[in-house]
Amino acid sequence: MSTAMDAAATRPMATAKLAAALKDALGTALLTLGLAVPILALRTEQNISNELILQPRWGYVAIAVALAFSARFLYLVAPAAPARPRMLSLPRGFGRVLSAVLLMVLLLYPLIALALTGKAGAVKWIDNFGIQILIYIMLGWGLNIVVGLAGLLDLGYVAFYAVGAYAYALLATSDPVKSFMADWIGAGFWPLWAFWICLPVAGLMAAFWGILLGFPVLRLRGDYLAIVTLAFGEIIRLVLINWVPVTNGYAGVSGIPRPSFFGLPFNDSEGGFAAVFGLEFTPLYRTIFLFYLIVALALLTNWVTLRLRRLPIGRAWEALREDEIACRSLGINTTNTKLTAFAIGAGFGGFAGSFFAARQGFISPESFTFMESAVVLSIVVLGGMGSQLGVAIAAFVMIGGTEILRELDWLKRIFGPEFEPTQYRMLLFGLAMVLLMIWRPRGLIAFRAPSIFLRERRLVRAEMVKEGHG
Amino acid sequence: MEYFVQQMINGITLGSIYGLIAIGYTMVFGIIGMVNFAHGDVFMLSTFIALIFLMALTQVLGLGSLAVALFVVLILGMLLTSLWAWVIERLAYRPLRGSFRLAPLISAIGMSIFLSNLVQVTQGPRNKPVPSILGEVITLSGGDTYPVTLSYKQIMIVVVTALLLVAFWYVVQRTSLGRAQRACEQDRRMAALLGVDVDRTISLTFVMGAALAAVAGLLFMTYYGVVNFNDGFVPGVKAFTAAVLGGIGSLPGAVLGGLLIGLIETLWSAYFSIDYKDVATFSILAITLVFLPSGLLGKPDVEKV
Amino acid sequence: MHASGPPLLTVEHLSMRFGGLIAVDDLSFSAGRGEITAIIGPNGAGKTTVFNCITGFYKPTSGRLLLSLGEAASAADIAALTATGRRSGATAAGAIFLLERMPDHEIAARARVARTFQNIRLFPGMTVLENLIVAQHNALMAASGWTVLGLFGARRYVEAEARAVERAKHWLDRVALTERADDPAGDLPYGAQRRLEIARAMCTEPALLCLDEPAAGLNPRESAELTDFLKSIQTEHGTSILLIEHDMSVVMGISDHVVVLEYGQKISDGPPDHVRNDPKVIAAYLGVEDEEVAEVEAEIAR
Repeated sequence: MSTAMDAAATRPMATAKLAAALKDALGTALLTLGLAVPILALRTEQNISNELILQPRWGYVAIAVALAFSARFLYLVAPAAPARPRMLSLPRGFGRVLSAVLLMVLLLYPLIALALTGKAGAVKWIDNFGIQILIYIMLGWGLNIVVGLAGLLDLGYVAFYAVGAYAYALLATSDPVKSFMADWIGAGFWPLWAFWICLPVAGLMAAFWGILLGFPVLRLRGDYLAIVTLAFGEIIRLVLINWVPVTNGYAGVSGIPRPSFFGLPFNDSEGGFAAVFGLEFTPLYRTIFLFYLIVALALLTNWVTLRLRRLPIGRAWEALREDEIACRSLGINTTNTKLTAFAIGAGFGGFAGSFFAARQGFISPESFTFMESAVVLSIVVLGGMGSQLGVAIAAFVMIGGTEILRELDWLKRIFGPEFEPTQYRMLLFGLAMVLLMIWRPRGLIAFRAPSIFLRERRLVRAEMVKEGHG
Repeated sequence: MEYFVQQMINGITLGSIYGLIAIGYTMVFGIIGMVNFAHGDVFMLSTFIALIFLMALTQVLGLGSLAVALFVVLILGMLLTSLWAWVIERLAYRPLRGSFRLAPLISAIGMSIFLSNLVQVTQGPRNKPVPSILGEVITLSGGDTYPVTLSYKQIMIVVVTALLLVAFWYVVQRTSLGRAQRACEQDRRMAALLGVDVDRTISLTFVMGAALAAVAGLLFMTYYGVVNFNDGFVPGVKAFTAAVLGGIGSLPGAVLGGLLIGLIETLWSAYFSIDYKDVATFSILAITLVFLPSGLLGKPDVEKV
Repeated sequence: MHASGPPLLTVEHLSMRFGGLIAVDDLSFSAGRGEITAIIGPNGAGKTTVFNCITGFYKPTSGRLLLSLGEAASAADIAALTATGRRSGATAAGAIFLLERMPDHEIAARARVARTFQNIRLFPGMTVLENLIVAQHNALMAASGWTVLGLFGARRYVEAEARAVERAKHWLDRVALTERADDPAGDLPYGAQRRLEIARAMCTEPALLCLDEPAAGLNPRESAELTDFLKSIQTEHGTSILLIEHDMSVVMGISDHVVVLEYGQKISDGPPDHVRNDPKVIAAYLGVEDEEVAEVEAEIAR
C-alpha cells in the first residue's frame, strides 16, 4: 500500500520538478540572449567603402540560445551522478607502472609514427605533436619546482624561456664568437658544435637571470609575487621587441645553427649524418634526433626534480610552501631556499628555450608572450601541484588537444568551408581552463607522495597540502 | 610649456580611464582577495558593446541626437557588461571560492583568454574604426608654437570619472551595501554569520566594477576612435598597476593610481620614447610592489606570527 | 631550585613599540642555564611579543638580548662585542650572541634557540616523519655538500640521513607518535600536533626551547603529561626552557623561575612561590587595584 502511495506522491513531484527545470532553463536561455545580443548578434564589418557597418547574425544567436536552454534543462533533469569516490584507491605502485609504460611508449613513439603515417606524415606528427608536447612538459616540470614544490607563484616563467632562447640564438649567431672559434679551432667547428656548447651556457644564463630577478622580489607574498613576475615577463618581451640593435626586434634572430649529431650535420652532404651511416638522406633524421634530444632533456629535468625532492633542499622547498614562518623558526634560510627554487626552475626553462631556438632555427619575441606563462602555469596547476606525472598528463591533454584541432579539417564538411578550426583553438583552450578548474580545482593528480617514510609510503590527500603564499 | 600642459591634459584623460577600470580590480581584490584577470577583457568587451549599440542607434535606427544616443548606449552598455560580469562570477569564480587561491586565478586567466578569443571570432580580428563623434575642441591657449586644446571628449571623461568616483565612494562609505562590502573584506565568515548575504554582496561588487569598466569602455571608444579584441590585456595590466600603486583595496587610491599611470605614460611617450612606455609602466609596477607593497593609500598587510 | 651558574639568556631593557603603542616597556630578566623560566601575565601583556623579539621575528626597538652558549662570558667580552656592532662572537669558553641584531633563522641555526607557536605551525601536508626531518635541515644540507654530493648519492649524505631518521625516531617514541609517523601532520588530533611541534623543535638540538602556550587547549591529563615531558627534557637534555603559559598547574609545577608581565612591564620576578603570593600579581590577574587585593582575598576565602 505504501508503494502505491509513494508512486502517487512522486508523480506530481516529478512534474513539478520538470516545470521548475523548464522555468530555470528558460531563464538561462534569456540570460544567454542577453549575453549574445551585443557580441554575437551584430557583427561589425567594413564594407567596400571602408565604413563600418553592422551585420546581423540572428541565426547564431538562436543556435546559442537553443543550446543553452537544452543544456541547462538536461543538466537539471538528469539523474544525479553517483558521488565521486573521495580518493581513487589505486593499487600500490600504479603510478610507477604507469610511468614506466608511458616512458616505453615515448621512446618508441617515432617508430610508431613512422609506421602509421609514413615518412611524409611522420615529420609532422613527431615535430608538431611529440616535440611540441615534450617542450611544454619540460617547461611544466621546470615551473613545477617553483610553483608546485616551493609554492612561489610565478606568472612570468616565459622570461626564462626567452632568455634561454635568445642567449642561445645570439651566442650561436654572433659574429665575434664565430670568428673567434674559426681562428681558434677551425672554420667548420662552430656551426657543428654551437648547439652543444651553447645549450648549457644558455641554461646557466637563465638560472643566473633567475637569481637576479628573484633577489628583490622573493620577499613578496602570494599575489604580489605573481604580479611582479608577470611584470618582469612583460618587460623582457618588450625589451626584446624594442632593443633592435641587439635582438633585432620583431624581425627576430634567424639562421640559428641546428644541432648536429655530435659533429655530423643533418644535411645531404658527404660528411653528413645520412652519408656517414649509409642511409638515404631525409629531413626525418634531424626531426627524430631532436625528438630524442628533448626526451633526454625532459627526463633529465624529471630525474633532477625527483632526486632533489628527497634531498634537504627539496624538503625545504615543500616545507616553505607549507609554512614559511615555521621554516625560519627551524633555522632554514628561506630567502636562499626560494632563490634556489627560482634559479633551478629558471635554468630548466632556459634549457627548454635554447632547445626551442635550435629546433626552430628562427626566434622572435612573439613566441614569448604572457600567454606562454599562463599556459605553463595552467599545466602545472592542472596536473596537481608537485606531481610530475600529473604535469606530464596535463601537458599532453592541453597541448595535444589544441594541436589536434589543426587536424580536424573534416569539420569543414559539417560547418561549411569558411569554418576554420584553428580559430577556435584558443577559445576552447580558455574554456577548457575554466572547466577543468571547476571540475578538479586541485589538479588531476590530487595527492602528494611523501619523500621519506618510516614504515610505508602513504599518500597525502591534496586538500591537506598547502598551496604556498610565496 | 604649452606642450607640457597639453601632455598633462592628455595624461589626466588617459589616467581617468585607467582609474575607472582600476576601481573594478581594487574592489574585487578587496572583497575576495583575487586578481580578476578577466576584468581587462570585460572592459574590452564593453568597448565593442558600446560601438555596436552606437552604430545600431545612429545608423540603423537613425537616431539624430548624439547626446541621447550616447546616454542610451551608456545605460545599455553598463547593463549588458554587468550581466557578463555577473555570469562570469557565477560560473567561473563562485564554485572555486575557497582556500585554494590558484584555482580561481587559473580560471580567471582562462576566462580572459576565452573572452578575447570570443570577440575575435565573432567580430573579426581587425581594428574597428569608430565613426567620429564629438570632435569639437576648445583652444585654451592660442600660442603660436603649440596651441593647447581641450576637447569636449576630454572634459566628458574627466567629469564623468569624478562624478562616478564620488558616487561610488558614497555607496561604499554610507550605504548598507558598502558596509556589507567592507564587512566581507575584513572577515567573510563573520559577516555571513551576522546575516550578510555574502554571495549577493560579492556578485554586486563584480557588477559594480563591470559597470564602471563599461563607462570606461564607452569613453575609450569615443576618445581613441578604434577598438580591437586585443585591447583587454595591456590596459588591464596598466589599470591593475594603477590599483596596486594607489593601494589595493582603496577606491580613491585606484583613481589616484590611474591618474599617475596615465600621466607617467603620456609624459614618458612625449619626452622620452614611445616604444618603451609600456616598459616604464611595468617597471613602476615592479618597483611599487617591491618597495611599497601597500601602495600610496593602502594599509600594510601584516601576518601574525 | 636556584640558578646554577650564570644565566643562558639575559634580557636587558627590552622595549618594543609599534607606532604609538608600547607593547614591551623596559623589560629585564634572565633565564638560567638548564632552568625552566615561565613568563606569565594577563592577555595582552606582551608575552608573545617578548618571544618574537627573542626569536628574531620582531626587531626590538631597543634593548639587548644576550645569549651565551658554553661557559659564561665575561663582562669585558660582552662590552667588546656590543661595541663592534657584530652579531656574535666566540669567547674563550663558548660563543655569545646579541639576538637583537640577528635575523630569525640565524637565531635558530646558530644561537640554537627553538620555538613553538601559539597557533600551531606544523607542515600539515607533510608526514610526521618529514616534519622531524625538515627540522634537521641544516645538518643534512652540510652533509649533502650543499646538495651536490647528495645528488649523486654520496655515502656521507646517506649516513647523515640515516642518523637524522634515528633522531626523529627517538623523538617519535618520546611523544608516542611512532605509529603515526607516516601520516600527514594535518591529520593528527590537536594534542598530538602540539606534542609534534615540541618534538620538531627538539630535533634542532636547541640550547633554549621557547614554548608559546604549549598547554593551550589540552585537558588536565594531557597537561600533566606535558608537564612530565618538559621536565624530562630539562633533566635528560639539559635544555633550558622559556615558557609562556596560562595554565598555572603547569607553570607552578615545573618552573624554576617566573616572570610576570602586565601591560608590557615586569611586575614580579622570582621563584614560583614568591610570585604566587605577590599582591601585585594577584591584583593583575584579578583585575583589581593593588590596594584592594586583601579585601578581595578575604571575600574569596569563605
